[in-house]
Parts: sequence; structure tokens; C-alpha cells
Amino acid sequence: MSLFEQVARWFADGSHWQGDFGIPNRLLEHVELSGASILAAAIIALPIGIGLGHLRRGGIVAINVANVGRAVPSFALLVIAFELVGLGWPPAFIALVALGIPPMVTNSYIGMGEVDADIREAARGMGMRERAVLFRVELPIALPFVMAGIRTSAVNVVATATLAALVGWGGLGRFIIDGFSQRDDAQKIAGGLLVAILSILVEVSLTGLQRLSVPKGLRMRESVDTTLSKVPAAELSAA
Amino acid sequence: MLATGVLGAADDPWIRWDWISGHVPVIRAALAQHVELTLIAVAIGLIIALPLGVVGWRERILRGPIFSVTGILYTIPSLALFSILVPFTGLTTLTAEIGLVSYTLLILIRNVVVGLDAVPEDVREAARGMGYRPFRQAVGIEVPLALPAIIAGLRIATVTTIGLVTVTFVIGKGGLGSLIYDGLIRDFKTPLVVGTTLSVALAVFADLTLAGIQRVITPWARSRAGT
Repeated sequence: MSLFEQVARWFADGSHWQGDFGIPNRLLEHVELSGASILAAAIIALPIGIGLGHLRRGGIVAINVANVGRAVPSFALLVIAFELVGLGWPPAFIALVALGIPPMVTNSYIGMGEVDADIREAARGMGMRERAVLFRVELPIALPFVMAGIRTSAVNVVATATLAALVGWGGLGRFIIDGFSQRDDAQKIAGGLLVAILSILVEVSLTGLQRLSVPKGLRMRESVDTTLSKVPAAELSAA
Repeated sequence: MLATGVLGAADDPWIRWDWISGHVPVIRAALAQHVELTLIAVAIGLIIALPLGVVGWRERILRGPIFSVTGILYTIPSLALFSILVPFTGLTTLTAEIGLVSYTLLILIRNVVVGLDAVPEDVREAARGMGYRPFRQAVGIEVPLALPAIIAGLRIATVTTIGLVTVTFVIGKGGLGSLIYDGLIRDFKTPLVVGTTLSVALAVFADLTLAGIQRVITPWARSRAGT
């Protein structure tokens, strides 16, 4: 039986679609863990990035936090969290939140920096209060960058949630890790395909959302060219 | 492949120097493998990315497909890619490198295109006026002027690859990731701390080295801010 047939048969097997060990439940575990982590990371990171950007302070920290984040392997983060809090979802959640924060801080800071000083001045000159300047002028202009940060974090988090199976949590990574430990090629490939498809779906849908987040008046601008912004703005700035 | 438990973890210190002094050859081998996997991945990535970047920059029609394909490769998690590849290419360096090179491509090609976009039009005009043909103009004029952006991409790609190499533990490699994995399965903190520290140190060292190389070979870019 060819490998292709084995994989097809694996997917056709009804027992792989039901119960705690089935694909639907593993998918749910994966999405729940990732979703909770991204939400927690956003609650921590966005006020910091947007706040620093509004105050025009702490730029060195805000921009370099993504570089530092990139240097720490996510696998190491996960195992350190495991040593701190033990098995299950808590170490995975802690590692994923830590992983999700840096791109959101950096991109939202950069997005706030994109707002011209003249525009801020004009808004203040029109008698807008600080709060209105932030929410009605700066944030709409910065929104595509904020979204780029959320997308980068989300894609990283969903990818790394695969490793959560190593510390005793489920998720789609379970099929990959079990496939390796049981030397089961069909399960390995099936698990890999499921994780790949989920990641691409997250990337594509958040890219769409990011495009929609560009305010109408700015739709023509070169700086929101989405072909080049596949990799976050923070990295573009390194060029 | 599941951690066995946390019993006794409380009395395990974060660092046991006697373990380190007894395992210098193991640590050195892990570091060497890490450096080797990274160097091969970044070198092959650059060899593929330079021509694709130049082509993608010159032919706008090809830019979309190039970024779509490398974008998808960049999005697929490394663990998923390894688990799909292993039944075909085995627990080999080839499997590791296919995955690692895949992740460098989007970053490198993107920065080649950004760098070429930044070459001033009058410089191109002058080169054409001096009789440069397209190939010599690309190799002799445009790519050198795009070097600051290309090296910036190389720095990001290198640091990212150093982090990703740790995940190749799953195919029996891992470099310093094999120490981190050892820490996980034995619930023993010292190899975890050693593997993590050396991995971060290696990333910082590689980044600073490339930044230094960039300063030396692109002296004209020194006055610019940023990189």
C-alpha cells in the first residue's frame, strides 16, 4: 500500500473523527489554546505598544523587543515554562503568551510612529482632546500595522501550539508527536497536513482582515503594499 | 515523547556545574551541529534567494507567484513540515535543511527586492549609459547597492534559523535543541539552561558579526540611520 493510500485511509477511518482523541477535539484544543494565548498577549502587548507610540517614548525597547523575541527559541520557552509550572496547558499557555507579545508591541509602536506629527498637530488644533486624538486619529491610521502585529503573533502562536503536545497537552501536534514516537508514517503526514492547513487558513484570513483594516482614505498608499508586508513591518524596518 | 512528570523537580537546581564540566564534549558537539545546520541553511537560502529576488524585482508578473509560494513555505510550521517530509527523506540532514532553507527564502527574497527598489534610478541610467548589459548591471551595480537591505535580511534569516534549528530535535538532530529536549524528557534543568543560553548567545553573536560585516563592506551606508 503506498504512503498516499495509507494517509487517505487514515483520514477515512471513522475512529479518527470522534472522541477525545479525534481530529475535531484535537482541533478544538489547538484553537482554544492558541486563541486564549493570542487574546492574553494582545491585552498585555497592545496597550504597551500603542501607549509608547502615542507618547513617542521607549522606541529602542519597543522596536528591539521583537528582535530579542526572535533570538529565544520558542521550543526553549516551552520547556522553561514546563519546568516552572509542570505539565498540561499552563506551560503551553505561558510560553505562547510570551511568544505572542513582542511582534504586537513592535508593530503597534511602529504603526503609531507612522502618524505624521502634522496630523496630530492638526487634530489638536481642531480642539480634539488627547483621548480623541488617540482613538479617532492615530489608531485608525495605525490599525493596519496593529493588525500586522496581531497576524504575525497569531501565526507564530498557532505554529508553536503544535509543540504543546510535548508537555502533555493535546492539540493537533498530538498526531505529529505520536506519529514520531509510534513510527506511524500515515499519522505523521496526516498530522503535518492538518497543522499546515490550519496555519495557512489563519494566515490567509488575518491577511484579509489586515487589508480591510486600512482606512478608506489611505487605501492608495504605498506603505500598506500587502505583497511586501507578508513579513511584519518590524522586519521591513530592519531594511 | 512525553515528559514524565514533575516529581522531584523542586530540588533540581537551574544549573549543576558538575554536569556541565562532565559534558563538555556533548555540549561542544551540539553547538557545532547547530552552527553547521544554520550555515548550510543560510548559504543555500541566499544562493536561491539572490537570483529569485533579482528576477522577481525585474519581472513584476513573477513577483506575485514568488511571494505566494515562499509565503506559504514560511507559514507552514517547521514541525509540520518535518513530519510530512520524514516518511520520504528520512531522519536526515537533508530533511532538516529542506525545512530550514524554506523559512529563509521569504525573508531573504523580500529584502533583495526591497534593496533593489532602493537603488536610485539615475545610477541605473548611468550604468546603462556606460554600456552595462542587464546581467552585469545586476551583478556589478544593483546587487552591491542593495547590500545593506540584503544583509539586514540575512541577519533576520540567520537569527530565525538559529531558533528553528532547535526544533530539528524531532528528526534526531537539533543542535543545541537536543540539550533542551534532553532537559524536557529527563525533567532536568541544567541541559535546558545550557542549550537555551548558548542558542541565544549564538543568535546575538551571529547578528553582531553580520552587522560588523555590513559596516565594513558597505561604508557608504554608514551615515544612514536604522541598520
